[in-house]
Amino acid sequence: MTTLPQSTHKKLGLAIDLDICVGCHACVINCKEWNTSNYGAPLSDQDAYGAEPVGTFLNRIHTFEVKAADKPAQTVHFPKSCLHCDDAPCVTVCPTGASYKRADDGIVLVNESDCIGCGLCAWACPYGARELDAAEGVMKKCTLCVDRIYNENLPEIDREPACVRTCPANARHFGDYADPDSNVSRMAAERGAVPLFPEQGTSPVNRYLPPRPKADIQTDGDIDILAPFLDTSGNGNTASGTSSTSAKGLLGWLDKALEAI
Amino acid sequence: MNKHIQPDLDTSPKVSDEIRKTTCYMCACRCGINVHMQDGKVKYIEGNRDHPINRGVLCAKGSAGIMQHYSPARLKAPMKRVGPRGSGEFEEISWDEAFQIASDWMTPLREKHPEKLAFFTGRDQSQSLTSYWAQQFGTPNYAAHGGFCSVNMAAAGIYTMGGAFWEFGQPDWERAKMFMIFGVAEDHDSNPIKLGLSRLKERGAKIVGVNPVRSGYNAIADEWVGITPGTDGLFILSLIRELLAAGKVDLEYLIRYTNAPYLVNCDPESDDHGLFLYDNDGKPQVLDRATGEPLPFDQQGVKPELATNYTHKGTLYRPAFQLMAEKYLVDDYAPENVAERTGVKPDTIRRLAAELARTAFEEEIVINQPWTDFRGEKHDEMIGRPVAFHAMRGISAHSNGFQTCRALHLLQILLGSVEVPGGFRFKPPYPKPVTGHPRPHAKPVANSPLNGPHLGFPQGPEDLAIKANGTPARIDKAFTWENPMSAHGMMHMVISNAHAGDPYKIDTLFMYMANMSWNSSMNSRGVMDMLTDKTEDGEYVIPRIIYSDSYSSEMVAFADLILPDTTYLERHDCISLLDRPISEAEAMCDSIRWPVVEPDRDVRGFQSALIQLGAKMKLPGFVNEDGAAKYQDYADYIVNHERRPGVGPLAGWRGEDETGSGRGAPNPNQIDRYIENGGFYMDHIPEEALFYKPWNKAYQDWAVERGIFDAPSPYTFNIYVEQMQKFRLAAEGKGELQPPDHLREQLKMAMDPLPTWWQPFEEALVDGEEYPIHALTQRPAAMYHSWGSQNAWLRQIHGHNPLYVSGEIWEQHGFEEGDWAYLKSHHGEIQVPVVRMDALNPKTVWTWNAIGKRKGAWALDQDAPETKKGFLLNHLIHELLPPKGDGLRWSNSDPVTGQAAWYDLRVNIRKAPTPDNLQSEPAIAPQKSPVGQGPKNIRYGEDF
Repeated sequence: MTTLPQSTHKKLGLAIDLDICVGCHACVINCKEWNTSNYGAPLSDQDAYGAEPVGTFLNRIHTFEVKAADKPAQTVHFPKSCLHCDDAPCVTVCPTGASYKRADDGIVLVNESDCIGCGLCAWACPYGARELDAAEGVMKKCTLCVDRIYNENLPEIDREPACVRTCPANARHFGDYADPDSNVSRMAAERGAVPLFPEQGTSPVNRYLPPRPKADIQTDGDIDILAPFLDTSGNGNTASGTSSTSAKGLLGWLDKALEAI
Repeated sequence: MNKHIQPDLDTSPKVSDEIRKTTCYMCACRCGINVHMQDGKVKYIEGNRDHPINRGVLCAKGSAGIMQHYSPARLKAPMKRVGPRGSGEFEEISWDEAFQIASDWMTPLREKHPEKLAFFTGRDQSQSLTSYWAQQFGTPNYAAHGGFCSVNMAAAGIYTMGGAFWEFGQPDWERAKMFMIFGVAEDHDSNPIKLGLSRLKERGAKIVGVNPVRSGYNAIADEWVGITPGTDGLFILSLIRELLAAGKVDLEYLIRYTNAPYLVNCDPESDDHGLFLYDNDGKPQVLDRATGEPLPFDQQGVKPELATNYTHKGTLYRPAFQLMAEKYLVDDYAPENVAERTGVKPDTIRRLAAELARTAFEEEIVINQPWTDFRGEKHDEMIGRPVAFHAMRGISAHSNGFQTCRALHLLQILLGSVEVPGGFRFKPPYPKPVTGHPRPHAKPVANSPLNGPHLGFPQGPEDLAIKANGTPARIDKAFTWENPMSAHGMMHMVISNAHAGDPYKIDTLFMYMANMSWNSSMNSRGVMDMLTDKTEDGEYVIPRIIYSDSYSSEMVAFADLILPDTTYLERHDCISLLDRPISEAEAMCDSIRWPVVEPDRDVRGFQSALIQLGAKMKLPGFVNEDGAAKYQDYADYIVNHERRPGVGPLAGWRGEDETGSGRGAPNPNQIDRYIENGGFYMDHIPEEALFYKPWNKAYQDWAVERGIFDAPSPYTFNIYVEQMQKFRLAAEGKGELQPPDHLREQLKMAMDPLPTWWQPFEEALVDGEEYPIHALTQRPAAMYHSWGSQNAWLRQIHGHNPLYVSGEIWEQHGFEEGDWAYLKSHHGEIQVPVVRMDALNPKTVWTWNAIGKRKGAWALDQDAPETKKGFLLNHLIHELLPPKGDGLRWSNSDPVTGQAAWYDLRVNIRKAPTPDNLQSEPAIAPQKSPVGQGPKNIRYGEDF
């Protein structure tokens, strides 16, 4: 068992916008690409060109359908990585102290040299956000790119997680939830962001910005703009009536319209 | 309890030794990338923030570049075939020997029958060079892959408005308030579209997705129109009808910038029926309201009529606008009458028309920027209509695709939303009038270059590629009466026609980067048979095949000679304004690739190999007068080749003082300047020239300065395409050049000068009750055609491809999770796994494109999921239409352009037993891998 810090100065995390995520997997692969060559052991791939390829990823996208009565079915793309919980059960369950939450910024990390690969943390995590690397035998997880966000060898503008920097749809944002004026705090407030599975009691830091209501209007009403001309009743007294009257209707109108130019 | 212990972390580790900036090639999007190098190896690839295309972002494909660059499927050296065709048995040879073999095969052809060489290239973007090479060789048989990709989109755009989507133009993401996207999965322009959708969302614009499948972009659209495949044209024409009926069209725009007021000959007996009235200077005439006289369209102050009967020398003329209005204001296009076919409710069509009208006209944008038009009239401001559109292969890859794309452009034009703020904007070197493009050339002469560029835009029957004896001049039958405007050629017909000897036999088939024995062909199994078929005397029916690829693809197994290409990080390339530009609406741009890593194998960039082969064969343009090679390699050509004096492949840093933009003498330091600038060049368009480009004097002058044109080239948009009417006139029996009788009715229908819609050909020919379902493919966001499956990271995302079945079909057939199905077309049957999907048009099934692989290809295990559960829909699609009983071979293509009609496929479905070995059918016998198989496990990054 391992203790969490009493509190953290910052609460660094991600705001993920489900309204614009198109499920392109850019974040998944750029994360893999950065992290396989940086913090800790590589993210290995087993049977890489074989029958059952399986590798370690710190971020994955789940795609599913939402079906509601009287609405077209909706496809939802849901990116998921460690949520850097305030009450991280993956830390408290760790038998060696390898899993820990940083006191200064709240990032949950694994000290790989102390990790025995027992997998308890992955079992304790309600989000399935940790993956045991099969080659190294240690637990891998999102580091919020701790080796990027403070990295003085990177231009300041690039000091953000790889997934955020690469996201083509700008669906991922990085910031400090402890600061109510931060980009992510403001975004979360404006968009009514929700924590994931709050009933699990983990107090996740990352937030998901819900999809904005879709139009998907099935009962069409507002067609005012065309009303003077559209003949929805089919009585043929406007431009779009029968084929013979409609062209005439338009051409009569045209004469006046051209005079006005 | 372990105490909270926090180890000391180095949060500023070294990132890399060096960043090398080049251009991505994980798909056709052409983003700028920063390649981080450490210890001579690629450590990390990220988007280049300064780059105009991707502005720093990078997709999954681009981010997986490391796995592509170090792929185990990379070819290692030139090879000659030692086993039977298709077996994959090869022997490695030297480049000298490879060039000698190629030259020994091709040089004799050039000396007698240049047309016996068919040279077709795939998804490369070096067509400016490859077409030049083919022209110097002298064969008429050259094209790239556009015919089986999206030529309908490109050709309809160019004939209608002098430019098209993607490479030629873009939505005004910063100003549009309503955006409709048709038939786009992830084919082209992927990062710019995602960036753009995000900007639209930020600004609260409405996004409408029109697509049978609600994946990707359609998933985040505010409204999804789950249209029935092949009916987009009907849907759009119904929107047009509603807008016309309501008078919600931009009359001023139509009068000023389009041929809507042009007077059209309306006498069916006349030899010029349907053509415009011209004055003695050859200028189209409009009827001036003030004087009642015909005047040139471009005369300052003219006030044209849009509806009138005007008799000139006894012949009745009416404006094109009037013909258009009468064509669409009929019941055929009423929302109620298209609803059942399109699957879109009448009220939805009406409401969308209303929303388009409201946004275009009530939310007009005004920019206070004076400008002067080509008539010399000064304007104080720029008026914008903030409705924008984008479309791609989904509406294009049908046998009615050209006219559907035309309909979409007509809709844009009627709303006054092309080249205005908030609408659709061209990217230099576009806009460009269709008459400013070359016309096709196809007359081979022994030992001589071809008489001009192969591909172009026919202006009438006189431009067809037909021999004096009436037979097609080209092996693919492009530019014939069957498909007169086949501007990109018809690569999908080459193997089939060469095998059939129709219209003639060829000797050598030379192909590059096109997986024609597999996912890039219809009827893949049939194509494999054609490639391996032998004559009675034991020779292959297609005698010789040369193929260049970077990887061990399925097509490699069918070649006699392999020229191994490099990876994208090992090569020189130019993404040229002479070819497929990367410009933005506000800047002229081009870019390069350069070897950020040197090849560790005996491979050469295909373009360098082609240049060296050209020199060996002493092709004009590739040797100096003394017979020595003119260019050492592609880099040398990129810098020193001049297409016109002072105009070459790259626009930036030209001339002795390195300040030339577009024009200037070759600069030996040009590639270094590109590398210093991040691999690209960008020249911004002045404010006054940013909109109304086809008619804007400031833009036209700017373009001339940069060598885009040699003289200002303003033009009007073609709501009515007179060139098409010329083919229809021929079909009516007028003119000297006459089509064969069996094509007259098709030409009369297809070459309508106003957008129209017809039932897709396959659907019309098969029994609709027997084949009630539409079947499609879509490109996933994380894969680019067949390339992705060799990529250890990407194949974990898309390792196999189930058939997605609509809820309605699923229920009807009682499918359950884990089931398999037989899917049958008029041509074949496949047995595949099925998955339910409700966010799908109810009459449609679909799958991901090009995931299925042949065993032995791509360095994959023979039991890889791509080769087991993975499958191709291609086995169900034939390159020919079902026989009509007339004994003729009718290609499964659009009758205007010849575009492959991939998405016309009709099928039926029934439950199948789950195979014991979970193997989809048909399973093709394995090919031997010339590169072995990839390693079992990988830990990329352990060296760093």
